[in-house]
This record gives sequence, structure tokens and C-alpha cells, in this order.
Amino acid sequence: MSSFLQNLAWLAKPPADFRSRCGQITADPVQGYSTIRSLATTALDTNQLLRLAKTIHRYRQAGQSDDKSTPFRLAYVSNGTPDLILGALTGTAPRYGLALECIASNYDQPVQDILNPDSLVHHFNADALLIALDWRALPIAANLGGSTNDAVNRLLDYIQVILEGVRDNDKATCIVQTFPPPAERILGSYDRVLPGSPLNVLGRFNLALDDMVQRVGGVLLDVAALAESVGLVNWHSSSAWNLAKFQFSEAFVPLYADYVCRTIAAMRGKSRRCLVLDLDNTLWGGVIGDDGLAGIQIAQGDATGEAFLDFQRYLLSLRKAGVVLAVSSKNNDQTARLPFRQHPEMLLREEHFAVFQANWNDKPSNLMAISQQLSLGLESIVFVDDNPFERELVRRTLPQVAVPEMPEDPALYALTLSSAGYFESISFSPEDSKRADFYQGNARRAALQLQVTDIESYLESLQMEIWFQPFEETGRKRITQLINKSNQFNLTTRRYTEAEVASFEASPDFFTMQVRLKDAFGDNGMISAVICRANSGLEWVIDTWLMSCRVLGRRVENMVLREILAHASERGIRYVRGLYLPTDRNSLVEHHYPNLGFSHVASHADGSTEWLLPVEGANVLPAPMVVHSESLAAQ
Amino acid sequence: MKDRIEAGLTEIFRDVFEDDTLVVHRDLTARQVEGWDSLTHVRLLLTAERKFGVRISAAEAGQLKRVGDLLDLLHAKIEKSPRRYGSNFSV
Repeated sequence: MSSFLQNLAWLAKPPADFRSRCGQITADPVQGYSTIRSLATTALDTNQLLRLAKTIHRYRQAGQSDDKSTPFRLAYVSNGTPDLILGALTGTAPRYGLALECIASNYDQPVQDILNPDSLVHHFNADALLIALDWRALPIAANLGGSTNDAVNRLLDYIQVILEGVRDNDKATCIVQTFPPPAERILGSYDRVLPGSPLNVLGRFNLALDDMVQRVGGVLLDVAALAESVGLVNWHSSSAWNLAKFQFSEAFVPLYADYVCRTIAAMRGKSRRCLVLDLDNTLWGGVIGDDGLAGIQIAQGDATGEAFLDFQRYLLSLRKAGVVLAVSSKNNDQTARLPFRQHPEMLLREEHFAVFQANWNDKPSNLMAISQQLSLGLESIVFVDDNPFERELVRRTLPQVAVPEMPEDPALYALTLSSAGYFESISFSPEDSKRADFYQGNARRAALQLQVTDIESYLESLQMEIWFQPFEETGRKRITQLINKSNQFNLTTRRYTEAEVASFEASPDFFTMQVRLKDAFGDNGMISAVICRANSGLEWVIDTWLMSCRVLGRRVENMVLREILAHASERGIRYVRGLYLPTDRNSLVEHHYPNLGFSHVASHADGSTEWLLPVEGANVLPAPMVVHSESLAAQ
Repeated sequence: MKDRIEAGLTEIFRDVFEDDTLVVHRDLTARQVEGWDSLTHVRLLLTAERKFGVRISAAEAGQLKRVGDLLDLLHAKIEKSPRRYGSNFSV
């Protein structure tokens, strides 16, 4: 099965005319980016990734830009040869909607590069440094029988020096790799407990590394787990190291690049959030409309039935982790619901799905309807269907949707989804585990909205309660997460680290506000954050204003503005200035400030605009909700 | 057989050097191909290993002077492992 991972089996095969398509991109830059992206979503090998990377470079040199993608600058700090890796990363990035620019440290002195404030790495102005060292770079002298604790502490000190070097010389986030142990054993199984053996030391070191990285607000890339998945004897290649200082076997470069890119995508809030599932031969064996309740395969005691049960179990665990589930099936509605209602062994039930679409429309139309009903963009959706025709149709019409190649054998369904890494996360908060419920509540709210024609009585029926509070320690993690992940309702898309967020809390020049919302359908959790900076004694500039799209259309933003104005007034502020900095994702809020009654004061060449609102006399329409406001005195 | 290996090598060379007009022959050497440096040399060998399902040791790699040497080496290795030849070698 290591070839399953090595070949990125969940991705479609590259087109036979891959080379000539690369050539066309340079020749026809207008269609270029969509071609780049569609090629990048296929299972390219290392040579093909390098060719695509060169094509992307030429495309950029021709003055074209990947304007639909998120720019990211990565410095690759490694003790191995970087050449293949950098190209593979550049070629993989469009798969995740990223426009990646990367440089590498000097491979023979990665640590010196970090500690030297004048090194190329620090002048690059990276968004993140990927600390891609392997065990060969560690001070790990074989000391069999010696103290494992001492050895682990020595390694931790070493990494600490590196992380501090980054903190002192750079604003970048650190992505730190765990360390796969070498494949060779000394005394065999006993190595696991043999003090001072590489397996023993690195095993404990990886665990401790996890804590250390969390503490400094870094991001962990678990290369040790990746290497274990493919097998250490496959991952490592002494000859590749001896010949060319490749850290691991060249065969896994595409897989490694995918892991790095999915992690970066998660850092930028671009992980997928919703899984739309077909029913027949996807959630059970057979066709419910033909085979009937007794004929479909979904039960213990039958190998195929058990495989589908395993898949359902896996889907439920994804749902608990915050992935929203939905159904899109070509079926009569009542027939499609039958197994969920009446089959005793089904694990999935109707209540687990936010949207249930069983009809005879084509799947792309259904996917668009699901996207609208959940207020989730198509780029948040994964579509799972056993039917190659449906998969290809969705790929062609809705390229933003991720569509994994599904294996013939349902026993591999869960592994396929898991390997594809659609739901990569860099953190997990209690709010995440409730997310599927939030969206389900949303779909019910949408259904209610259809019944209630008058918007005011609809908003009243929601029985909303809102909480305003300055930033503080317990909310800080979630605030930082929102600041770094919100793309759509985000006026400035300025990203801040947890440390920066903490500094705003303490500074007298900043006014901060976190917002929570509850309604008749449940607790929405923290849904908005605002940072105002005092421009003078008389004016606040709204540096950051973002909101979760789950609560759109309820005039929550009006209530937030009213709260800002109340605090501003209390502090003698006369004007509030709003900025809109356009990105490819935030056109939703282009008219946010004029809609709230701000006056236009400036437009800039980069498309950004500035808006002003006098504090006294501002008239902002409230929404029906109970307001809990932590007074200014508490800040 | 050697013809098929040679055709397979041509594909590999075109991939690695991004030149779709390149045709390999026995007497081709690094000096005659633009971009044939130590890194692309290793890439050629690794891609060939994967394509033909064989392993090339560092010692063997060090003795290759021209494409003909690589061709002979691959041929000898493929002859020795006919089963792998069947499953991995598709030109």
C-alpha cells in the first residue's frame, strides 16, 4: 500500500499531453492559470512537478499573476539538497489555491542561516520558515545505555536555539518537522526501550517537540508519522543521501510537497469544511431503489457491508471534528431516506446531515445549491461519489470542488479520504467540534427563513443574544485563529500572531472587541473580532474587522458598529475610519462601510478604499437581540 | 530490448531536461546536453530506477561515462530480474 501514498492515488492521473499543455500555458497566458491549477490537481511525479514549477515561473515572469490564489512566501531550512523540494512545492501549491514563492537556506549551514540576522533567509520576508531538518542534523551521538533524558534535553535545547533565532530575526511563523528515526535497528525490538538508541531518543524527542512548538505558536508538520505511513525502509534511502544529499527517497517528493502545501493551506484557512456524499455504492453497497432495504449491503457479518460500516464510522469521526456532512443523490427523496430511517445497522442518520438532496437534478447544480444553503464556498467542498462519470462532470464544471478518485474497494474509502488531507488542521478548539451543528442550525434557519417572509419577524424568531468583550486570555487562541483564517468577511485581511494579539490587549492605543452570539438553534460561539487603533486623540482607525459568514444577514455587523460607536463616544473619539483592502476572497464586504452609513474619503491605486463616520449623530439600524456588553471600565 | 530501453531513456531525458526534441544515443555525454549537471545526473538515475524497476549503486553510477554505459547497465539488470521487468517496464 505504500504505492497508494507514493502515487497520490486519490488524485486523477495527469493528462497524456501534460508536456504540451505546459507549453501552451506560456503561449496563452489568459487561460494560463486555470490550466496550471487543473494540472496541479493531478498526480504529478517529481519531474512533472518541476516542469510545472518552471512553467509557473515563466508565467509570472511574463507579468501574469495567479490572482485567484493566496500568496505565500516560504523559506525552506534544511540540511538536505533543496532543489527538487522547492520545485515540487511550487508545482504543488496551486492544488491548494496557493501562489508559493520559496527560497532555501544553504544546505550545509541551515542553523547558521537562522542565527545570522543578515542571512538570505531573513531578508526574504517569509510568511513561514519550514524547519526541515532530519536526524543527521541533530547532535545525536550514539550513547547506548546513556541517559535518554539527557539526550532528549540536548536536542530540545538545540531546537530551542533555532526557534529563538527565528523569533529574534524574523516575523515568520515556524513550521517544524518531526524527525523520522533511521530504519536500521541495533538490538531489534529492544531499541524502543534501549536508553540512548536513536529510536528511543527520537521517539521521546518528537513528543516533547510537539509541546515546544505549541508553546511558541509554531505549526507542527509530522514527517515522522508520514515516514511511518509509507514505511521507514521505503522513506529513507541511504544511496539518495550519499549520492546527492536527498533527505529521503525521491519517490516521495510529491507526497511530501502535498503535506507541506496542505499545512500551509490550513494555516491560511483554506482547508475544506464540507463533505458531500453520494449514497448508492458510496455509503452502502447496492442500489436502494433497485435492491430495497433488505438488499443493500450495510451490516456486520458481510465483508462488503462491514467495509461500508467502517466508512460510515470514519465519516462520523470527521463530523465530530467539525466537518459538515451533506447528501447529494440521484434518487427519489423518500427512497433515499429509507435506509437512514429503517435500516437497523446504519450508523449515519438523517440528523448527521446539514443538507439532504435526493432528486434527479445534475450533481453540479445540487452542489451549488448546497454551497448556497450552507453559505460555504465551493472551494470548501469535497464531493465523494463512486461513479466516475459524476466525478468527471463535477471536476469539469466546478473545478473549485475537490473530487477524490475513489478506489473500487470500499474497504479503502476511509484511507482515501484521510490520505487526501482535505481537512488538515493546525489547531482544534471546542468550537470546532460543534461546527457541524452550527451549519446544520444554519440550514434549519434557512428553512425557517423560507417560511417567514418578513425579515424583522424572522430575526425576532431567532431570539438572538450577543456578547461584547475586550480581547482576553481565554479567547485569545480562537481570536488568533479567526484573524488568520477568515477570508470572506474580512475588511483588511491582516494576519496577526498570538503574541501580537496579546500585545493589542495591553496597549492603550488599541481598542479590541470579541463577539459571541447565541440563538434559538444553538450557541454560535465567537463569531467576530474588531481591532481599532487610535490614529489621534480624536479618531479610531478600524484596523481589523472580521466576522464568521455563518451569521450573515442578521445585522450582527450593525450591532458591532453600534458597540464600537458607544465605546468611541465614551472615550471622546469623534470619527471612526474604515478601510477596505480588496483580496480575491473578500468582495463580499466591498460595500460594507457605505452600507453602514460611512462616507467615502479616498480610493487608492491598489483598489483599497477609506471611509469615515462621525461618532455623534451616526444612525445605525439595530437588530432584535439581547445585548451583553462588558463595560469599558473593565478593559 | 535495447531499443525499448533506449526509447524509455529518451522519455526520461526529455522529462528531466525539458527538451521534447532530445533523442538519446549511445555516444551522448554530459557535455553535449545543456543542463546536465550533478543534480540532473542523479535525477536521471533515480527516474530510471523507478521506471525500469532496478537499483543502481553509487559505485555503478560513478562508472557511467556516456549514455551507452547506462544502457548496458540497465539492460544487464533488467535481464537479471525478468519478473520486475514485466510489472514495471512500460515504454
